[in-house]
Amino acid sequence: MILSVENLGVEFVGLRAVDSARFAVRRGESYGLVGESGSGKSTVLRALAGLIDNWTGSIRFDGRDLSGKRDRTFYRRVQMVFQDPYGSLHPRQTIDRALAEPLAIHGMDRREERIEKALEEVGLGHGFRFRYPHQLSGGQRQRVAIARALIVEPEMLLLDEPTSALDVSIQAEVLNLLDALRRRRNLTFVMVSHNLAVVAHMCARLAVMNRGRIVEEMDTASLRAGSARDPYTQRLMAASRGYDRALAESFRAFD
Amino acid sequence: MSGGLQAWLLDEAPGSRGQARAGAFYRGWLAFRQNGLAMVGLSIVLGLVFVAIFAPLLAPYGPSAQDLDFRLNPPSARHWLGTDELGRDILSRIIWGSRITLGIVLLVVVTVAPVGLAVGTLAGYFGGWVDAVLMRITDVFLAFPRLILALALVAALKPGIENAVLAIALTTWPPYARLARAETLVVRKADYIAAVQAQGASGLRIVLRHVAPMCVSSTIVRMTLDMAGIILTAAGLGFLGLGAQPPSPEWGAMISSGRRFLLDQWWVATMPGIAIFVVSLGFNLLGDGLRDVLDPKRD
Repeated sequence: MILSVENLGVEFVGLRAVDSARFAVRRGESYGLVGESGSGKSTVLRALAGLIDNWTGSIRFDGRDLSGKRDRTFYRRVQMVFQDPYGSLHPRQTIDRALAEPLAIHGMDRREERIEKALEEVGLGHGFRFRYPHQLSGGQRQRVAIARALIVEPEMLLLDEPTSALDVSIQAEVLNLLDALRRRRNLTFVMVSHNLAVVAHMCARLAVMNRGRIVEEMDTASLRAGSARDPYTQRLMAASRGYDRALAESFRAFD
Repeated sequence: MSGGLQAWLLDEAPGSRGQARAGAFYRGWLAFRQNGLAMVGLSIVLGLVFVAIFAPLLAPYGPSAQDLDFRLNPPSARHWLGTDELGRDILSRIIWGSRITLGIVLLVVVTVAPVGLAVGTLAGYFGGWVDAVLMRITDVFLAFPRLILALALVAALKPGIENAVLAIALTTWPPYARLARAETLVVRKADYIAAVQAQGASGLRIVLRHVAPMCVSSTIVRMTLDMAGIILTAAGLGFLGLGAQPPSPEWGAMISSGRRFLLDQWWVATMPGIAIFVVSLGFNLLGDGLRDVLDPKRD
């Protein structure tokens, strides 16, 4: 297990955003966290990435406990891709600068070569290198964000709804790119999504979250077979098949 | 401009860092050029710089050259803007005085902008006790009326142009710190800051390389809009005898010495007054234009 999470809790003022979450991810695996908006799945990811300090419980990465201040080595090994490619790139920095920054932070060599290679790897040519984010489309920006995460050669990638801000036609492209990169580099993915189809496409195993709790953990095969045990998961699967008036009216809140 | 250079600047896929930067700058210039009033402001400011640099060549007389037979003469062919009570040519003194004005403005800018930016971004980004300490110090400076504090400082130190600059700088930086802090509070929550955090960047690196650049443009705009105020404060200190000392041809000091003759020899005080007015207006128009171009919410 490269990553194991035990009894993870995050509390914001007056709100238990994540409550005793527990899951483990194998090296080279793609693991999905599914749930509706506000279910706490992104918060789990932010706690993993070290963007939230006030979590409780235990997170272990490659055998090391992650409580307390994280060192630079951790950020070298674990990188994150954000949901909104319009917000995650600095508006005043060229793509070149965005890609050079992680290299500078981690003091890596052969920067020119690495930047060119990273752009090529995500399917953007040299022509994009000195553009500003506002000159790029959403899909192109997300490719830059992926290149930025991969340029320090991490082992694990945290993906926060990497395609939900993109057009449907672009979504598949970006997902296929991520899948190909994972196979080529033997990366471990932790992917958050509200879209069951995306998770079924990308992940081998997944956890379903509702109101800060993990209600069910299952593999993709049983997701496809529709053999969910938990009533919330069953409803989520029903909802993902499309809108149905009778079904919508039968919904109630799960606590 | 040749078509080749323009095409190079507007290239959608620049080939180098330099080209990308030049291209961004050129696009800004194209937008700025659309604004007629801003161009007027820019020409006034460039005119001031030109006059200050070439003062010895442009001024018909020296700044202290006395022509006692022509004391308090009205504007004429010999003295275009008239002479003062010692027969000194007012046009020449205004031209030489532009160096003092420009010097004050530049000195205040290079001290105030970095200090205000640093205090504001550090306070805004780190928050907590850093924020509390830095902002309370800022509050102390903001609590005094600007000119009064400058007066007290100059009176305590020693009247003179250097101390006037120091006093103006000490009273000008707090609003910049406030402005930079407010911008930082917005920027620090942005995803692109979270992205550098998740890359493992240190706090100082994030502030200097990622947060501060977002605050620079509003600082520049505020600075140009404040220039008029700085010039007026400097002139006010000169007028009160606490800034530049005679015989220095500082514009405020010139008005001060001319006010005794205001009713009969109006030009002695009026001419430097017009100079202050025109330059202040120029900086304000320039600031307005820059605000339209540099506003980060533009695109």
